[in-house]
Amino acid sequence: MQLRTRALETILIEKGYVEQAAIDQLIETYEKKIGPRNGAQVVAKAWVDPKFRQWLFEDGTAAIGSLGFGGRSGNHLVALENTASVHNMVVCTLCSCYPWAVLGLPPLWYKSAPYRSRAVADPRGVLRDFGMELPKDTEIRVWDSTAELRYLVVPMRPAGTEGWSEGKLVELVTRDSMIGTGRPKHPGELP
Amino acid sequence: MNGGQDLGGTHGHGPVKPEPNEPVFHDEWEKRACALTLAMSAPGGWNLDMVRFARENRPPREYLSMTYYQIWFAALERMTKERGLVSDDEIEAGHSLYPPKPVRRVLSPGDVAKTLHRGGPTERDTNTKPVFAVGDKVRAKNINPLTHTRLPRYVRGHVGTIERVVGCHVFPDSNAHGGGENPQWLYTVRFDGRELWGADSDATIKVSVDAWEPYLSPTT
Repeated sequence: MQLRTRALETILIEKGYVEQAAIDQLIETYEKKIGPRNGAQVVAKAWVDPKFRQWLFEDGTAAIGSLGFGGRSGNHLVALENTASVHNMVVCTLCSCYPWAVLGLPPLWYKSAPYRSRAVADPRGVLRDFGMELPKDTEIRVWDSTAELRYLVVPMRPAGTEGWSEGKLVELVTRDSMIGTGRPKHPGELP
Repeated sequence: MNGGQDLGGTHGHGPVKPEPNEPVFHDEWEKRACALTLAMSAPGGWNLDMVRFARENRPPREYLSMTYYQIWFAALERMTKERGLVSDDEIEAGHSLYPPKPVRRVLSPGDVAKTLHRGGPTERDTNTKPVFAVGDKVRAKNINPLTHTRLPRYVRGHVGTIERVVGCHVFPDSNAHGGGENPQWLYTVRFDGRELWGADSDATIKVSVDAWEPYLSPTT
């Protein structure tokens, strides 16, 4: 694959269809700039700011856009509220649609056949693969991203974080908790 | 198309294996495959639906044996070749052998951030009214097109409830095949797990898909 990608890249650059510097910049953007840290800021704000929280669930695109996030794989954003009785989980069974604008590029498992096949039929089994067991009566809402809506799960705020600043809460928000396959960290898990 | 990509509810793929501290890319070539794909949409002139079809339109055994970026790269090679932007002998040689074709636009380094931030909104203005309203029962049609569609097999023929009227959005089934954007009303449709997977299924599961109006019919 190394040789094949190099060959095509060389041809496309020689023909002037792509610029090397643009390629490098795209890679750097998704390696360093656009990642789950964006989504974590959205979630932390929703934990401390009731007005923002309401806005987020009413119009995810606008509320998240107010923090500067949106655009590619994030033009139409929907935030999903986890509660004591409802747990949300996001998948794309047909390809690997994922809210890049707030979470960056998807992890391998999200794009894999095991996740895409089972998330819609056996979400509890999938959660067990992540070491997560939900109460039997919790409703599980699975969102299959079949159009250009991109979903962001807002997990429940961990106990024992009363009075914490938004900046400190960001550290608790994990990528998987925003896909619905994990929980935020507990205060004791921070270094 | 009922291809290898339509994975919802299929069996035998084994457990999900999360990777602790996973890097964004696992190899140098994956970076190139990803960035070239993003950069080539400007000169290539194709749309996202065409790209998705180029990725999924291959024998299922092939689709399932390839990694995500292998699929991306194969689609990129296919599309650049189909449009005459590169040729087989150039790929063989690893160099350009012929003059470039004129292209509409090339992504300049200065435009990367702006282009990503603009993205590709798919909502369109319309004079039409949505046929369905929140709370309506609808049946996902039993369609089996050989062409691109975003209605997964596992909901076809099943009855769900309109949860959200999203707006009027570009219709992939047309847009993937040069039929234009043909915007249609888009809905989030919620299905009970037991409706989809039978009486033995977990009663606490609800699954939704985002479905365009042509995918849906009224239940009465």
